[in-house]
Amino acid sequence: MSPRRKRATAERFADAPLDGPLLEVEGVQTFFKTPRGLVHAVDGVSLTLERGKTLGIVGESGSGKSVLSRSIMGLLPSNVERHGSIKFEGHEIGHASNDEMRHYWGTQMSMVFQDPMTSLNPVMRIGKQITEPLRYHLDVSRDYAQDTALALLQSVGIPEAERRLREYPHQLSGGMRQRVMIAIALACGPKLLFADEPTTALDVTVQAQILDLLHAQQRERFMAMVLVTHDLGVVAGRAETTAVMYAGRVVEYAPTRDLFNSTRHPYTEALLKSIPKLAQPSHTRLEAITGRPPDLVNPPAGCKFAARCPYAQARCLTEEPGLGDSTSVGHSFRCFYPVGTEAGKAALATNVAAGVTAAGLPVSAGGSVVAPTSVVA
Amino acid sequence: MLAQSPSTVPDSDLATLEPSEPPKTGRFRRPRSQRLGIGAWAAIIWLGIVLVGAILIPILVHSNPNNNAIAGHSSQGLFKVASHPLGFDRNGDDMLLNLAKGARNSMLVSLGAVGFGLILGGGLGLVAGYFGRGVDGALTTLFNVLLSIPPFVLALSLITVFATTAIDKTGNQHPPSSTHRLIVLIIALGVVSVPTLGRITRANALQWSQREFVLAARAQGASNIRIMLREVLPNVLPAMFSIAFLAIAFVIVAEGGLSILGVGVLPPAVSWGNMIAGTRADLQTLPFELFEPILCIFFTVLSLNYLGDIVRSRFDVRESAI
Repeated sequence: MSPRRKRATAERFADAPLDGPLLEVEGVQTFFKTPRGLVHAVDGVSLTLERGKTLGIVGESGSGKSVLSRSIMGLLPSNVERHGSIKFEGHEIGHASNDEMRHYWGTQMSMVFQDPMTSLNPVMRIGKQITEPLRYHLDVSRDYAQDTALALLQSVGIPEAERRLREYPHQLSGGMRQRVMIAIALACGPKLLFADEPTTALDVTVQAQILDLLHAQQRERFMAMVLVTHDLGVVAGRAETTAVMYAGRVVEYAPTRDLFNSTRHPYTEALLKSIPKLAQPSHTRLEAITGRPPDLVNPPAGCKFAARCPYAQARCLTEEPGLGDSTSVGHSFRCFYPVGTEAGKAALATNVAAGVTAAGLPVSAGGSVVAPTSVVA
Repeated sequence: MLAQSPSTVPDSDLATLEPSEPPKTGRFRRPRSQRLGIGAWAAIIWLGIVLVGAILIPILVHSNPNNNAIAGHSSQGLFKVASHPLGFDRNGDDMLLNLAKGARNSMLVSLGAVGFGLILGGGLGLVAGYFGRGVDGALTTLFNVLLSIPPFVLALSLITVFATTAIDKTGNQHPPSSTHRLIVLIIALGVVSVPTLGRITRANALQWSQREFVLAARAQGASNIRIMLREVLPNVLPAMFSIAFLAIAFVIVAEGGLSILGVGVLPPAVSWGNMIAGTRADLQTLPFELFEPILCIFFTVLSLNYLGDIVRSRFDVRESAI
């Protein structure tokens, strides 16, 4: 980085306000241009994240959660359209060019990727990969960068850090590599860290360690974190707020405790039900969510989840519910017949009595969706 | 990942679990499949002899134009044979000295041309592969245009246009100096190797640029140039060098071909190619004068091809082991 650019970076963030939310996302839309048409990967997402807090983004594959985090960071390929407003410390970065975003990447916001096997450069020593961003962002001496890298590796719990600095990525295990990725992401002291499914590619025993490490580092540095995952268990106890995404939209957005205690959206309920529980007898059939997420090129009218929802009524097929906030704790959800309310119970009772939802999905007496036999294999 | 199956053990415990195994920091023996075979060593030794000979022999041996066999050599018998192991050519010059001088020019031309091709073609290929889209389209078209011209004809026309006559300050035309000719020859053969080297680099850069660590580097705020040079290029280099080995072999042969046509390295300068060109009519009377440079080219090209293959397969193995 040229000295001129460095000065620009320093000036830009010198007067950053210390109050107000760190990140405000308003109506973000990300469309991929494909030969089939526009894929509505993220469609009108609004979120707020305070300094030092954690936001969990949960959803199944293809729900747009990874695309959302990359949209916010501006790390999208060139075949996309992005609309909406993204404010970081009050600065609008929704339409910033790559050159402008380079002021933010690394020093203001940073990202830990899903697969530590592919997100480290195989031909560069670990030490070099950590010191590179330090050297060009912070303009520190080689020795200082080396010492910082050593301290970082030690802080992310890598034994024999001094030796690891001289090793190549393939000499490290998956968990170690993810620790290195975290060290790299933390190197320049970002205010916001995106963790994009940081544990998906790791062994179960290592997953908890990595999540605890992220949590500890976050508290130590008063850093905000966006934790993207498909696992509700990951956000439980770690994220203050959780947004559940489906088909590119936030369908339920609530304080995490509230989301688990008084689930409102049928999709969230279905996700929770699909987690196998240790207390269940063996050979209990998993409560999978039948069907597939809708085609994002031609999303259906009405509620996007209606086709898979046991609560679906005729209204759900034609009219899309807004992300209303009906509670005092900031619990909003997109549903006309929310779980745990009178309207929801009535809707489910109607569907059970009819044996089928308005979308034509068979429902059993227990209120669970009857999986078509052809799917159960 | 096979070697890392104990990763189910918490990482922090790894060090304490295996205290008996000291860290392998010193020398260790490679598995048999990774050791260099006798063929590779033969190739390396041959290329070493050629390079050292090309540099040292013309410096060490004082070549006196009068001190040759025809002018009446002072030494006789065994000493004569030992000091001229490969005999003399028709002019009475020592063949070993000639071959060394020829190696010098052939190596200079081939390494220079491939170096030129690697820098220009590799650079363009890297840019094309990294940026993709329009840049890629334009550069790929350029490579295709260059490829569509037969390489030998392209080199021949470049040399005839740029190195047949030079015009000095007073406006007089005269034959170009040998340095001028050599530079034009190197650039012409370099231009010929640009599209091949460029396309290989582009294909690999395209593949490596899609990798997640490139995105990770972007997310750390690295500039495009930094990502190209620090993240993509080191991964593309093995492929570039394995094809460069083959290109060196091609250029040595091509220079020989150009010399036979009288546009390569011209006498009195010596190259393997023009040694062949000058003697090819005397195959029946002076077979060794013809075969010695031919064998030099043959073994050098064979060695380079063989080493190029080994470099490529070695890095393929490394890639699959990650």
